[in-house]
Amino acid sequence: MTDAALTDDAPERPAIELRGIVKRFPGVVANDGVNLAVRPGTIHAIVGENGAGKSTLMKTLYGAHRPDEGEILLHGEAVTFKSPRDAISRGIGMVFQHFMLADNLTVWENIVLGDEPGSKAFLDRKRARRTLVELGARYGLRVNPDAYVSDLGVGDKQRVEILKVLFRGAQIIILDEPTAVLVPQEVDALFASLRSLTAEGVTVIFISHKLDEVRAVADDITVIRAGRTVGEVQPGDVTARQLAEMMVGRELPRPEPRTDAPSETVELLLGDVCIAGPGELDILDHVSITVRRGEVVGIAGVEGNGQSELLDAIMGLRPLKSGMISVGGNSLDGLSTRDRRDVGVGYIPEDRHKDGVVLPAPLWENVMLGHQGSKPFSVRGWINRIAARAAAKKIIAEYDVRTPGCDVAAIALSGGNQQKLIVGREMTAGPCVLIAAHPTRGVDVGAQSAIWDYIRVARTEGLAVLLISADLEELLALSDTLLVMLRGAIVATLDPKTVTIAELGAYMTGAAETEAA
Amino acid sequence: MNTLTARFLTLNSWQRALVAGALGLFALSITRIVAGADDLTSGNTLIATLATAAPIIAVALGGLFSERSGVANIGLEGMMVLGTWFAAFAGWQWGPWAALAGGAFGGMLGGLMHALATVTFGVDQIVSGVAINFIAPGVARFLSSEIFVGEGANKEGTISSSPNITDAMGRFSVPGLADGLKSIDDKRWFFVSDVAGVLRAFVDQMAWSTLIILLLIPISIYVLWRTPFGLRLRSVGEKPSAAESLGVGVYRLKYISVAISGALAGLGGAWLVVNVRQYGEGQTAGRGFLGLAALIFGNWQPIGVALGALLFSYGISLQQAVGTKPIKALYLFIAAAFLGLCLFMVFGRKSKRGALMLAVVAGGLYAYYLNTDEVASQIVYMTPYIIVLVVITFASSRSRPPAAVGIPWRRGQSG
Amino acid sequence: MIKRISSVLLAPAIAILTSVIVASLALIVSGHSPLAALRAMIEYVATTDSLVTILNRAAPLYVVALGVAIGFKMNLFNIGADGQYRLAALIAAGASSAFSLPRVLHITAVILIAIIVGALWALIPGVLKVTRNVNEVISTIMLNYVATGLSAYLLVNYLRNESLPNVAETKTVPESAQLPSLNGFIENFGFHFPRLTVLNGFLPIAILVGILFYLLIWRTRFGFDLRITGASPAAARSSGVSPKGMIIKTIMISGGLAGLAATGFLLTDFTKYNETFPLGLPFTGIAVALLGRNHPGGIAVAAFAWMGIEQASRGLLPEKIPPEISKILLGTLLISSVISFEVVRRRNLTQTIKQAAGAIPGGRSSSDPPHVGSTSAGAPA
Repeated sequence: MTDAALTDDAPERPAIELRGIVKRFPGVVANDGVNLAVRPGTIHAIVGENGAGKSTLMKTLYGAHRPDEGEILLHGEAVTFKSPRDAISRGIGMVFQHFMLADNLTVWENIVLGDEPGSKAFLDRKRARRTLVELGARYGLRVNPDAYVSDLGVGDKQRVEILKVLFRGAQIIILDEPTAVLVPQEVDALFASLRSLTAEGVTVIFISHKLDEVRAVADDITVIRAGRTVGEVQPGDVTARQLAEMMVGRELPRPEPRTDAPSETVELLLGDVCIAGPGELDILDHVSITVRRGEVVGIAGVEGNGQSELLDAIMGLRPLKSGMISVGGNSLDGLSTRDRRDVGVGYIPEDRHKDGVVLPAPLWENVMLGHQGSKPFSVRGWINRIAARAAAKKIIAEYDVRTPGCDVAAIALSGGNQQKLIVGREMTAGPCVLIAAHPTRGVDVGAQSAIWDYIRVARTEGLAVLLISADLEELLALSDTLLVMLRGAIVATLDPKTVTIAELGAYMTGAAETEAA
Repeated sequence: MNTLTARFLTLNSWQRALVAGALGLFALSITRIVAGADDLTSGNTLIATLATAAPIIAVALGGLFSERSGVANIGLEGMMVLGTWFAAFAGWQWGPWAALAGGAFGGMLGGLMHALATVTFGVDQIVSGVAINFIAPGVARFLSSEIFVGEGANKEGTISSSPNITDAMGRFSVPGLADGLKSIDDKRWFFVSDVAGVLRAFVDQMAWSTLIILLLIPISIYVLWRTPFGLRLRSVGEKPSAAESLGVGVYRLKYISVAISGALAGLGGAWLVVNVRQYGEGQTAGRGFLGLAALIFGNWQPIGVALGALLFSYGISLQQAVGTKPIKALYLFIAAAFLGLCLFMVFGRKSKRGALMLAVVAGGLYAYYLNTDEVASQIVYMTPYIIVLVVITFASSRSRPPAAVGIPWRRGQSG
Repeated sequence: MIKRISSVLLAPAIAILTSVIVASLALIVSGHSPLAALRAMIEYVATTDSLVTILNRAAPLYVVALGVAIGFKMNLFNIGADGQYRLAALIAAGASSAFSLPRVLHITAVILIAIIVGALWALIPGVLKVTRNVNEVISTIMLNYVATGLSAYLLVNYLRNESLPNVAETKTVPESAQLPSLNGFIENFGFHFPRLTVLNGFLPIAILVGILFYLLIWRTRFGFDLRITGASPAAARSSGVSPKGMIIKTIMISGGLAGLAATGFLLTDFTKYNETFPLGLPFTGIAVALLGRNHPGGIAVAAFAWMGIEQASRGLLPEKIPPEISKILLGTLLISSVISFEVVRRRNLTQTIKQAAGAIPGGRSSSDPPHVGSTSAGAPA
């Protein structure tokens, strides 16, 4: 295609267009007739709730798999991508939600990988560095090419990802939930970069379910629900609430205000807990937290500020440097993870697949996980299979776990159903304290509101809950008290009823400290 | 002390290797004077060390290629065995140079089998490696029974050994340099002669096959760090999903890497065959495993790997080439080294228990050194393996294997 | 049920077919008839004497393979059964003649010594792993060589039969420590053994160990902890399993079984430790554990089949067919088994996911296509 041809009919011809895309996976239709037209040089947002088929669609666009039906048009010309390589060569680049970066390689190595300057027998490292510095200057994306990726922060890693696709000459960039890992201030920086990209003629496809952000940055919005396109709108024409209703297809669940007050009895107490880090600084720095009977204490913070270590400390998976932790007035000092569970600490781990379930094991075995040492699951070291099956069936029924039966391997269940099983397992054991980390991460909206309800009911019945989450909506909906964690310390105690998102963001990034100082 | 350590850590790997080597040599030099065991550092011992190290270096570099691409390879021993058989066959037919090629080919067959199981079918990498170690001697024995038995000029081929390779692999000495260094070496002056001995090992009576393997060290560095192929290979071992998302053919790269791995292991086997001009059952004697240990010791870096191989070979060649007296001196050396490490730990406020343990071991070794006239041959046999064990025990805390090693990879996992 | 059986048998069937084809091709290429070989093997093996020999050899193999399997079950690769078995055989042999006890007690004591020696030798890599994070594959391999040197040293210097000056072997295990043969017991039921055919008394021990293995792994909390540690170490840890404790316990059981296996020969056919003692057994045990998929039933079949093929291959020599073909057969069987197990495991997993998704509307979230390859092959739960 020549430049002349472009200028002739480019204005109205979409940079990329999808017509009737259908993609099936075993047992599920992920995309069922998706249509999309993206104007060149714009930011086009695709919104939809978790599981609506956004990621599948993007993989189709990027050549990670081929659609079963429908066609893809690039500047009006029908194309098929056999592999990501094809998509790259046609100028389409993808920035994944989970960074695709090798930690032990340098920035420039990560960027030139697969498209190296020089010859087959010689990698031209000088040219690689020079090109990167030039690219960075042109689009305002500066990173040190010789730094190891393992040493970079989240924002820098994302810049590396964007540079990666620009380096390949991408004119269409797909960003999959790019703000999920960023704090509000970094989000602003990202949006500024995206605008400077479109100013340079780059087309941006932006996938998200954060409606305010979408409305702030996008030129056009396409809404997807249950694998189908339900409409295309302009951000100025709709409110966030209307968009949400298009996405969900019904009214948003509203968090109910609670009427009762938490008791004064302290269930979980952390006093000046410190955990030594790899270097001079402590990973946890004099953390003190009090959770009372019937209270939900939420912990907000950018991931990687000591939340995981806090979980480990409470569960006995990591030794304390100093400080104390007690449950119901009894110190946990010297107790193993097993003992802590036995004194009544329930645990919903942050990484479901890694810590929460054993994927190849059947549900009835998964129901015993964490409680295999106590009745009814085992007596004097012998497993009681009948009791385990009965318990599994009860949890499946009570917590609405959708499964053909309790002999199915956990891997066969959807994320939401796995999570409901975990919540059911922990609640059924009758804990006095529940440590819940990201309890609704990656689950569909239905499961999310169900899990929120379970937690609310248990709280009303007197459960003390420590909630760690990256989802601010969740924190605000459930917490009675909100703490903010930054660099291993609790930097603020806030009232979830009055706090604003901007305030929270300031504490989470440390901007509040600098302002105060 | 700490500033010195810090400065040492800022050096690049070549310089670090050099400093560590010089320090080690200096300490050995003192030991040999104290213990009166000149052979501890003589040129002859070091020539033997280098020769013993050659096959281990080859197999360890083989491990490097495989594991850097994310495929754990404990099948190296089996690939080496296949290498010995094919080397013997090719050598018997076409001479020693063909033996090297044949060995690499045989090892590569083993590598391809490992790749087929682990890459295409996703079999657990340890399991597949174990299976290959099992199959290789069986295949070699069957092939011997079919091809070697009763063959050769003197009908010397049997089920467990090949006919002789008629010609020997050539050797070279750098004129002038070799003799000069030898005369200094023979003087046995403190440290000076020891340095001469080390240098001499590289220029005197070196087999071409050894030289080839030594050259593979810089070649491997070049390939892995200075070519697009090397970058892709390392990226596949660190984060295959990233590589795949950029259009790198992960399967293809893993296949090539594991095939190279097998070829290098096979070359190591071929070195053994060429060295004695014959294949024998059990000839590899666990060198594949020693190579793997050198890989872990060297923290998956070529120079470290080569140093590891040299260290282990030193233990072996002391025992094989020059009898048990130097081994006894080596115990003195190790006792002193442990004592030093123990003092370092006490003053560096490291674990007290560890320091105490080291002190006890050092004391025990010293007592053994004083009370023994001649070390029993069985103890001598064990020594190199114990060295490996001790070294890996201390090295493993800073060990950083490629991130994706051992994890089966399925196409289409990116995203 | 039929479907389940067929899915269990599918993988072995593929593996057997593949290995038979490869071995036949090898025979044809080298100018022999596969059919003649098969006939010779079957004729040789189908005698009471051969069957008894197979059972006598398969029983210790079975026990050592169970030891390897218990480690594999939690992704702990104890390649050191060789050293554990070797030292146990030597020390038990040396110790057996150092004291005398009534028969039952003597046998028990010697067996316990062997188990303890094996377990303690296995403790070394266990401790290195939990304290220094030393990879057990490397440490156990190195310890095998150390055990070879150490056993030679101990034999020559401390445990040698002094009355034979130039022979490196232990004294014969006293009569009272030897396991009785089963011939008498079985002849009670009217079966008669040919002359010189002796069914060893280790067989019931092996069967008992197999049953205990099954109960331990699938019916006890320890077994549950072990299996989840193998399938998902992080989940096991969060559930309160102490990974270090599991490693130490499991590797000691593994070593103990290797030690026990040594008595299967020491107290029966080989009543002393010398260079003819069957030291290659643990190496074979690893292969048999893999073939048997770490399951006591599968391993029993695999151990019997392995020893059966080895025994049968002796029948090839009179036919001028190289008996080494058994090595090709067994080697191919091993590699094609591990591959076909993995392929079939994956296929079954995909089917399970499909069925589960089909059974419930919207069962799986669409953004989450199944990943099948991410769980370990070594330890199917």
